[in-house]
Amino acid sequence: MNSSIGKAYMSTASSSAGRKAGDAAAAAAAAADQFPAGLRVLVVDDDPTCLMILEKMLRTCLYEVTKCNRAETALSMLRENKNGFDVVISDVHMPDMDGFKLLEHIGLEMDLPVIMMSADDGKHVVMKGVTHGACDYLIKPVRIEALKNIWQHVVRKRKNEWKDFEQSGSVEEGDRQLKQSEDADYSSSANEGNWKSSKRRKDDEDETDERDDTSSLKKPRVVWSVELHQQFVAAVNQLGIDKAVPKKILELMNVPGLTRENVASHLQKYRLYLRRLSGVSQHPGNLNNSFMSPQEATFGPLSSLSGLDLQTLAATGQLPAQSLVTLQSSGLGRPTGKSGIPMPLIDQRNIFSFENPKLRFGEGQQQHVNNNKQMNLLHGIPTTMEPKQLAGLHHGAQSMGNMNMQVASHGSQSSQNNPLLMQMAQPQARGQMLNDSSLGHAPRLLSPMGQPMLSNGIAANVPTRNGIQENIRAPSYNPVPQTSSMLNFPMNHASELPGNSYPLGSTPGISSLTPKVAFREDVNSDIKGSVGFLPSYDIFNDLDHHKPQNWELQNVGMTFDASQHSNSLQGNLNHAQSVLVQQGFSSGQMNGQNRSATVVSKTMFSSGDSTGHVNAQNGNQPLNSLLVDGTVRVKSETPTNLYPDDFGQEDLMSALLKQQDVIAPAEHEFDFDGYSLDNIPV
Amino acid sequence: MDRNRLQHQVACMRRSLFDQGYLDEPFIQLEELQDDANPNFVQEIVTLFYTNSARLIQNIEHALNSRPIDFNKLDDHMHQFKGSSSSIGAKKVTNECTVFRDYCSAENAEGCSRSFQQVKQEYAILRRKLEVYLQMVRQAAVSQTA
Repeated sequence: MNSSIGKAYMSTASSSAGRKAGDAAAAAAAAADQFPAGLRVLVVDDDPTCLMILEKMLRTCLYEVTKCNRAETALSMLRENKNGFDVVISDVHMPDMDGFKLLEHIGLEMDLPVIMMSADDGKHVVMKGVTHGACDYLIKPVRIEALKNIWQHVVRKRKNEWKDFEQSGSVEEGDRQLKQSEDADYSSSANEGNWKSSKRRKDDEDETDERDDTSSLKKPRVVWSVELHQQFVAAVNQLGIDKAVPKKILELMNVPGLTRENVASHLQKYRLYLRRLSGVSQHPGNLNNSFMSPQEATFGPLSSLSGLDLQTLAATGQLPAQSLVTLQSSGLGRPTGKSGIPMPLIDQRNIFSFENPKLRFGEGQQQHVNNNKQMNLLHGIPTTMEPKQLAGLHHGAQSMGNMNMQVASHGSQSSQNNPLLMQMAQPQARGQMLNDSSLGHAPRLLSPMGQPMLSNGIAANVPTRNGIQENIRAPSYNPVPQTSSMLNFPMNHASELPGNSYPLGSTPGISSLTPKVAFREDVNSDIKGSVGFLPSYDIFNDLDHHKPQNWELQNVGMTFDASQHSNSLQGNLNHAQSVLVQQGFSSGQMNGQNRSATVVSKTMFSSGDSTGHVNAQNGNQPLNSLLVDGTVRVKSETPTNLYPDDFGQEDLMSALLKQQDVIAPAEHEFDFDGYSLDNIPV
Repeated sequence: MDRNRLQHQVACMRRSLFDQGYLDEPFIQLEELQDDANPNFVQEIVTLFYTNSARLIQNIEHALNSRPIDFNKLDDHMHQFKGSSSSIGAKKVTNECTVFRDYCSAENAEGCSRSFQQVKQEYAILRRKLEVYLQMVRQAAVSQTA
């Protein structure tokens, strides 16, 4: 039955896919006009009765529906046609794959909004949806009214991405945001109000044109896709970072249509990024204060980030091992030495985000989307790495993945409890709860000082609502590592980003975190591994698929101190490897979970496909973001595109600057099995 | 006249199905989904439901008869069946499924067995009634076009 249905499905799918591919542009334009009509929905349910009913309901809503009765088939459809769908609706209980697993996959690989549904309305299950990043959860039997509004998740996500993109360009705004959020009470519910108002304010201020004009593409920019960035990095490495001049890089890259100017500005960003990675502590003094200083906030998931960032930094080879250790030992908020671990990771992510799937409906905010993706990465990765996580990072495996997952998923949950988390979990990534979840966790992790890190004004409003990432205006929230293992991730980049531009609601902190390096003392060893995570997260979703691989980052000039990162996470970086290499990862240790913390830009490499099934939007995900250790699977709740489409040069810069800490942990797609979210006090 | 009477009968039976708790809100949603593009939507869904249910019921039987009983699997199957029947608004059937799942989680094989009988019974009753009802609906529709 499955095969026959599968075939039937396939034909449906292929025809619709073909149709889509055929008139993508026309469809997009048309769709934009009639939005939400034409929204491309993929519905997955093993029950044929439900499937048919849903299909009919969605058609009645004027959506373009593709139905699928198997998760695996759905995944391959999505992979084959990355930009072919706008939203996925999936049942929780399916015979061939758990719905949550599918959810993770999609989040990592395609970063699409996913709505879960089930006849089970138990709090536990719904919570799981949240923690895994579902942007909504519908109880069966589903009413058509519930389906009518699913378009909001698509819009929200895109909007957040766009906002992130925009945000990255304006630190002041970020500050403003931070301030607003700061005032807010950190409890999520309380924050909600504030968040809403500040968001609305921001919306009013900034987004009017964007909102109104979803169908027009903003100024065209060069899209630094994953592949493109990889080529770039390869060229740079080949020439030697010192000798890499735009002209030569351009020649080496040999990409038609690319101009020297494009390369030059990209190079500038890249250099900044590297410098940041090297841990120059630009504002040493800030470290101490930055922790809670609102202005600097913009820290996304600090905690997790820190660990990741450190790793990333280390990975990039810029951060000497000692600094890493120092950072770690200093814990968050302690400007020990290199507190300056910038969030470059995050920024990097942003900058080098992958192409985002074109905004549908003619939205021309691809770049934003990309940005978002990056953000998502971060936020997806609960930067707040709980000690466990840290340990996991270290040793690979477990915790990171779990933590991240957990965090992410709990984001929302925790957010309520942990304002910090909320902040961290901002990444709007997919407007998913995931973001929320990360936030939620974040606090946990971080709170070294026992205070909510929400310094960054991240409104801890992490909306536990469906994917309202926006709350997380991420100002950098300093993930206060709660336990010792907090990420040393320099959450507060006080240095660079003054105003953590708050990413469009999405990743808090990630996008525009002013990384304040807040190192926690406790976090030392644990974080080691995690340090240096670059926002690039590997999209390995499935640990099972991972083949333990040691990342052999050959090309990268940076040397990732593998020892530090003893995570057993192994990144399957196949594709990422090259990129990572560039980052200087020495895979070394990553074993364990085969998760590569590749820069995750949207396209996450499914671990199983290290060979190359990189579903990155652009193919290979440039692991620019430095996957810290393979294990870090960035689960991009928000589109973690390293290369935001049309990411303007300036924006990239600012994004880079801002991003700093956000990267990491936002989405660590660590094997969350190990980590039981339930443990997370919500 | 004939048509009116038929329609009246249809309306009456429909109301009684709801009043007696055989059908619930989701069924109305199905009816509302029926349109010119899918004039037999309700019938199609119900038929699909029967086919699927037959399979699920068989799975449950099998799981119940196996020794030792795998309650997780049993619950899984029943969860599916419950989801399916709730999607068409089969209220009584769904309720019995819930009872079954309670026994299942308590790992009460005897209770599962008994409640499963109830599930099957409710399912059979509903199926009969629906078949009658839908046939009447068809007749009324035909008479309308006549």
